[in-house]
Amino acid sequence: MSSTRHFSIALRRARIPRPRCAITPITVRVPSARAFSVSSTVQATKEIKYTTNAYPDLHRNPTFAEITAQDVTFFKELLGSQSAVIDGVTTDATDDIEPFNSDWMRKYRGHTKLVLKPQSTAELSKVLQYCNERKLAVVPQGGNTGLVGGGVPVFDEIVINTARLNKIHSFDDASGVLVADAGVILEVADQYLAERNHLFPLDLGAKGSCHIGGNVSTNAGGLRLLRYGSLHGSVLGLEAVLPDGTVVDSLSTLRKNNTGYDLKQLFIGSEGTIGIITKIAIQCPSRPKAVNVAYFGLESYDQVRAAFKEAKGQLSEILSAFELMDGRSQKLVSESTGNKCPLEGEYPFYCLVETSGSNAEHDMEKLETFLEHIMGEGIVADGVLAQDETQFQSIWRWREGITEALSHLGGTYKYDVSIPLPELYQLVEDCKARLTKMGFVGDDDSFPVRAVVGYGHMGDSNLHLNIAVRQYNKEVEKAIEPWVYEWIQKRNGSISAEHGLGLAKKEFIGYSQNDTMVKLMKQLKGLYDPNGIMNPYKYI
Amino acid sequence: MASGLRILVPVKRVIDYAIKPRINKAQTGVEIAGVKHSLNPFDELSIEEAVRLRERKGPLKVDNILALSAGGAKCADTLRTAMAMGADRAFHIDVPDSADGGLEPLTVAKMLKEVVKKEDINLVFLGKQAIDGDQGQTGQMLAGLLGWPQATQASKVEIKDESGTVEVVHEVDGGVETLRAKLPLIITTDLRLNEPRYASLPNIMKAKKKPLQKMTLADFGVEDKKRLKTLKVTEPPARQGGGKVEDVDGLIGKLKELGAL
Repeated sequence: MSSTRHFSIALRRARIPRPRCAITPITVRVPSARAFSVSSTVQATKEIKYTTNAYPDLHRNPTFAEITAQDVTFFKELLGSQSAVIDGVTTDATDDIEPFNSDWMRKYRGHTKLVLKPQSTAELSKVLQYCNERKLAVVPQGGNTGLVGGGVPVFDEIVINTARLNKIHSFDDASGVLVADAGVILEVADQYLAERNHLFPLDLGAKGSCHIGGNVSTNAGGLRLLRYGSLHGSVLGLEAVLPDGTVVDSLSTLRKNNTGYDLKQLFIGSEGTIGIITKIAIQCPSRPKAVNVAYFGLESYDQVRAAFKEAKGQLSEILSAFELMDGRSQKLVSESTGNKCPLEGEYPFYCLVETSGSNAEHDMEKLETFLEHIMGEGIVADGVLAQDETQFQSIWRWREGITEALSHLGGTYKYDVSIPLPELYQLVEDCKARLTKMGFVGDDDSFPVRAVVGYGHMGDSNLHLNIAVRQYNKEVEKAIEPWVYEWIQKRNGSISAEHGLGLAKKEFIGYSQNDTMVKLMKQLKGLYDPNGIMNPYKYI
Repeated sequence: MASGLRILVPVKRVIDYAIKPRINKAQTGVEIAGVKHSLNPFDELSIEEAVRLRERKGPLKVDNILALSAGGAKCADTLRTAMAMGADRAFHIDVPDSADGGLEPLTVAKMLKEVVKKEDINLVFLGKQAIDGDQGQTGQMLAGLLGWPQATQASKVEIKDESGTVEVVHEVDGGVETLRAKLPLIITTDLRLNEPRYASLPNIMKAKKKPLQKMTLADFGVEDKKRLKTLKVTEPPARQGGGKVEDVDGLIGKLKELGAL
């Protein structure tokens, strides 16, 4: 036999150019395009620009103390282990510290000289207490996979990394409640749960690096949100440390607990501005046994909405993803990967529908009834249904490969926004019309803008507006911002659906929150962090 | 030579190639219950090639594409997939699922021989192997039983003329051979032959209305006789995982412990 022993390799090469790992293929779906969506501009230069140069209006808060050798000695004695302190104050540790100073998009870079990695809540509490008394600013950091610069320092803030808080404490397979440290890597937690037939109710592209504590403190959205809801619902309890060292023990594993203000919610999505999460208790659902995926072509956005409505109605409890991709985005994927589209004709809109359930036959029956219905009614023009795991994964590539395809073509201005469903796609149309009218869009190199594309999580009313440009251009930028934010504000949308505020969106919060709300937020911040040492210069 | 091509494509329902199979507790085979099954990838190539011959419209018309599968009730799903891809009709030979790996290649070949005679087939496309048993024998045995020419591991198939001359590019170690034969013919398919299409929704629906005939081995006078007995199935030795050290001292200590320093 010419190739028996190379079977799997050859088959992979022949059919899917970049297969993903297949340990638990029923649910493995790694790189989500979402994780790569950034809110403005990605620029890969050899040397990352300091954030302080990119944002010249930021000034170091003069009330913060400078780190001294004495401080370092204190931390070294407190944390004991050699690997717990990366000291750039009294020694030259530039290379060791650099990964903590900059983000993976190479967009933000701080000036920190000290990284601390406490191993217990008690250690972390003492660290914060000391910093608060000394007025040393800190930046809590998990896996450093953020997209808005929230987890990296701006000036010389001390990085408090959760990497060594990495134990899984307990799992109850009857209730599905997992209790784990903040620094456990998402994929590790999910694999631990997979062995116990459960899954972590969050899935995103950065799962191999991001920490669950970071996920909770940024209220990460991800691919499973449509099915399993936001972390505000699935996190049952957490333990956190306030800047003054107070340990907030709210590590309840109860689903029901109506006793007083639900303070743990303050820590979910507060991006480390009022405390550092050290442990979480989270409700984990059973792992689905059967997963199916279908891919459709549709003639109009109204039909996309109709298909979504039907999917919700007919697939209800097994619907696990409903993703929208416009025709231009799919064309770009086809151009960059060289793969042939699963459908014969070309359509202005494509959708990907995924179901996850407990019984393959029941699911298939439901899915087929649904498909027959929407085909029969003429809601979708054409479609395919994955017949095997390989097709399942290659269909997902058409959704997840968009970000990659865009990055091959040059720069991209990216916006991650929530808009009420009826007008979700209108933003892309309006943006394209605006830029075309201004003479920016064209097919040859004399035009700065190559394409305006839209895709996203239809199920969550979350759109990714991407403007692919041949080169970054101030005029194009001015034509987009603040126009996009104003457009969203008019429709009561959100300027940051899942990526958060961090540094990138801080100044735009006013487009999604009114003055009263911002004032209340500032009051809370002042109450819990009177010295303002927690993750300064960001959020609000 | 008859006017058109009457193609038989035997297909097998196997554990999805992307799934890692697990050995059952008794170590007699792999766990099949509750595991995702799909159409054997090589058989998918066979179906695709048969459908492409029809679409090429050329020198010989395709009269009929018959898909066939032998196995338990769920084989019907596999046959529906084959019909959604373009097969015209299907035979489901009902053979109860068994833990010992199902029919042996010779039994399958004998059954196919009878089907070929009964249905007046003049071209058979088989996958060069099924990815579960990896035996890779059925096509060759069928050619032997029928006394027909065979072209194995095909990476290109071309019908040259109306008299039924077929040219097949055959994959061999380190290169290819180009073979020529006249119909009737057995062809086994290899990975580079084509890229199978997705089953489209309209075709999935049409496939539901295509004829699927249920039969038994006895209809062809064949018996499920076992010549081989599987004694034991075991996994290859597991890879030893790595360990983590706390710091440089820990690393040095570990290296000393292992005698590397």
